[in-house]
Amino acid sequence: MTVTFKVNGKSSTVDVADDTPLLWVLRDHLDLKGTKFGCGIGQCGSCTVHINGAPIRSCQRRVSTLAGADITTIEGLSADGTHPLQRAWEELDVPQCGYCQAGQLMSASALLAKTPKPTDAEIDTAMNGNICRCTTYLRIRAAIHRAAEMKENAK
Amino acid sequence: MTTSSRLDRRNFFKVSSIIGGGIMFAAYIDTLDAATAWAAEPAGEFAPNAFIKIFPDGMVSIVAKNPEIGQGVKNMLPMIIADELDVEWKNVRVEQGMFDMLVYQNQGAGGSMATPLSWLPMRRVGAAARAMLVTAAAKTWAVPESECSTSAGVVSHTSGKKLKYQQLIDAAATVPAPDLATVKLKDPKDFKIIGTSQHGVDNHLVVTGKPLYGIDTVLPGMLYACFHKCPVFGGKVVSANVDEIKLMPGIKHAFVVDGLTPLQLNALVSGVAIVGDSWWQVQTARKKLNVTWDEGPTAAQSSAGFAAKSLELSKQPAQRSLRKDGDFDGAMKSAAKTAEGAYFYPFLSHAPLEPQNTTAHFKDGKLEIWSPTQQPQSGSRLVAASLGMKESDITLHISRSGGGFGRRLSNDYMVEAACIAKQVPVPVKVLWTREDDIQHDFYRPAGWHYFSGGVDAAGKLVAWRDHFVSFGEGNSFAASASLNGAEFPAGFVPNLALDASVMSSGVPTGAMRAPGSNGIAFATQSFIDELAHAAGKDPVQFRLDLLSNATPAPAPAAPAAPPPGAAPGAGGRGGGGGPRFDAVRARGVVAMVAEKSGWGKTTLPKGTGMGVAFHFSHMGYFAEVVQATVSKAGVLKVDKVWVVGDIGSQIINPIHAENQSQGAALDGIAQALGQEITIDKGRTVNTNLQTFPLLRMRQSCPVEVSFLKTDNPPTGLGEPALPPVIPALCNAIFAATGKRVRTLPLSKQDLSWT
Repeated sequence: MTVTFKVNGKSSTVDVADDTPLLWVLRDHLDLKGTKFGCGIGQCGSCTVHINGAPIRSCQRRVSTLAGADITTIEGLSADGTHPLQRAWEELDVPQCGYCQAGQLMSASALLAKTPKPTDAEIDTAMNGNICRCTTYLRIRAAIHRAAEMKENAK
Repeated sequence: MTTSSRLDRRNFFKVSSIIGGGIMFAAYIDTLDAATAWAAEPAGEFAPNAFIKIFPDGMVSIVAKNPEIGQGVKNMLPMIIADELDVEWKNVRVEQGMFDMLVYQNQGAGGSMATPLSWLPMRRVGAAARAMLVTAAAKTWAVPESECSTSAGVVSHTSGKKLKYQQLIDAAATVPAPDLATVKLKDPKDFKIIGTSQHGVDNHLVVTGKPLYGIDTVLPGMLYACFHKCPVFGGKVVSANVDEIKLMPGIKHAFVVDGLTPLQLNALVSGVAIVGDSWWQVQTARKKLNVTWDEGPTAAQSSAGFAAKSLELSKQPAQRSLRKDGDFDGAMKSAAKTAEGAYFYPFLSHAPLEPQNTTAHFKDGKLEIWSPTQQPQSGSRLVAASLGMKESDITLHISRSGGGFGRRLSNDYMVEAACIAKQVPVPVKVLWTREDDIQHDFYRPAGWHYFSGGVDAAGKLVAWRDHFVSFGEGNSFAASASLNGAEFPAGFVPNLALDASVMSSGVPTGAMRAPGSNGIAFATQSFIDELAHAAGKDPVQFRLDLLSNATPAPAPAAPAAPPPGAAPGAGGRGGGGGPRFDAVRARGVVAMVAEKSGWGKTTLPKGTGMGVAFHFSHMGYFAEVVQATVSKAGVLKVDKVWVVGDIGSQIINPIHAENQSQGAALDGIAQALGQEITIDKGRTVNTNLQTFPLLRMRQSCPVEVSFLKTDNPPTGLGEPALPPVIPALCNAIFAATGKRVRTLPLSKQDLSWT
């Protein structure tokens, strides 16, 4: 089937089987490799993207449900890699292997959009669906606080 | 290449011009000089290799030769070179080295060996290049070299004259090669990069989602593939409906692959390959696959069966003795207090977050491969042997790995991709599902330790026996399933017996982060805790006393030989004890972690406790304290971990060292909390992350990391911080509840108390 939606502000049309998950449309049809495959069952969060602003596991979302949707991936989180979260991630040297971090950033950015100054508990709740196998959680949490601070200071 | 004797070639260093301007330094590295004798790889051929390029704009390119799997080696290796080269880190661009055994020698990511094997050779590579630039400047100015110095990519003369490195490109190209063995190295007090925190060189690419990993590889005209294997280890395809599969949408090829004979689980096994236009189409077709299997003999095996067999073996005399000191039986009879404990740890899966994958292209008899591998050398060799090719016809690109943890020391997925690519006229990417990964791993082997021990009236440990029950055949242990005859507390207890019995198993096992140590430390350091309590001694003091109690060494038992086919450097060498074990360093970290954690200084409420443990592995000494709280209902919360490590005189990249140590500690906690691979009917019962739980943010706790710097050569950090955290946690649970944990994972234990 043919589906048209917006990815990172640009209109995209793909012709794929209607049960194809968004994850594979992004990775293999639109060549957006930033969104990662980890488990395929919505358990790890590596494939998190924003659909109409909400953090969604793209491995669980069939492309047939996405006509007209507005999708943001890690490649579109900021124009030049300077979203406060991206800067905070670099400042605190969060990644080890780095594989999960795109998904972490997409969940964290959805959190900050709704909750500009999250508490530890709010961060844990928002981020608990994103696994980091290298367990960089302490720095992820600190970097979310740091990004919130940057946003606050920028006001 | 004009020299042929090894001695000449070993220290060869040359300089050549790069087309388009710039200078390139090439070196033979001598790995033997770098490592202690026991850590040295077999000597091989040495060949030229480009590490450093200096460009006319002043930028410096430095090669990181080893695979990056999250351990930070892509920073660490170039930092060492850059410091001795005396350039500014901000002007360094790091390049991942291609696999080239002749050029780079050892390119593995395993055994925490990058630091000990590279520390001196990489410094010499940088220092030799710097020396040549100094020589070039001195010649240009016609002054003695002794009047020249370097700093930040500039050679200066005492007169005040200065030349930037890039201004010396032509002059340096004519300088004779220095001798790597005698090139002058910096005094460590003059290090400017080593010991400073340098953020991951790929961080910006990571946070902006750029293609970096093996799974991101794309080649023109590439097809996608899956490889469907028998769920029973070693099972073979009898028949499969491949003709039907070929007709499904997007499918281009479907065929049965015969595995190698005899069976080699870590190479190519029997299965069905499906190749198509997209990975989703391939997976969709796979669901319609109908295979008749010959499951083979492993189908009769199970975790429950292994446990029953272990119990049976524990009641019989051990099959063999690994070490015997003094008179264990006699000492038990005269001991003031004795204890017994049967410990068990389960099979574990590595579960790196990037599923196994490899992209391969076979063309004109040559194979080009892109693979996230920890052992490119053995991968290339395995592909060549499995496919009947020459290694010289294989080109292997090392991709960044989305985690490794030891899983990618095995290159089974690389061989699968190579085999499939050889039968398809275009590039092919083989990608596993998470289920493939969890069900076809080389598992951390389960293990059983049947302990008994005794203390004398003064509370001194006088008798220790471990009957270790594991997997293997005859006198050999299965991969990563061994106990070393020198395992601690051997050498510190006058009457000691380390015994072993093995049972056969068809379950593939392999090295997992701190192999051997990750299970043995749990058992050993927990039972030491039991004996401390039997002795009525404080657990920290009991350990310090034990470490002061070295017994005159009998003939040291030979270290366990790595099992056949084990990845070099990954067999858990350096684990436990042995002649390299330095009790002074072990005492140092135990004492420091007690101080850092406020051990014994605070009174904790019932239900909260602190536990301590230490372990020596991969040349590193780590002591850790865990504070944990258990509710009356038995709900466990890990409050905090204190980590103290002694990995020598330098922490090369402190910000990453902290990250790595925190990760190792939390990784250990994840294993202890809920991880267990269960085998039934010869196959893995667990399917995906819902049945093999990885740690989540809510379960993570503060981890305070400190390093005790001692006057020893720097050693690695990927692994040694992991083993002590598990017994420290279990010992904390005992302190909190009075319940001794002898079986992992904790999720299966009743921790409730009244």
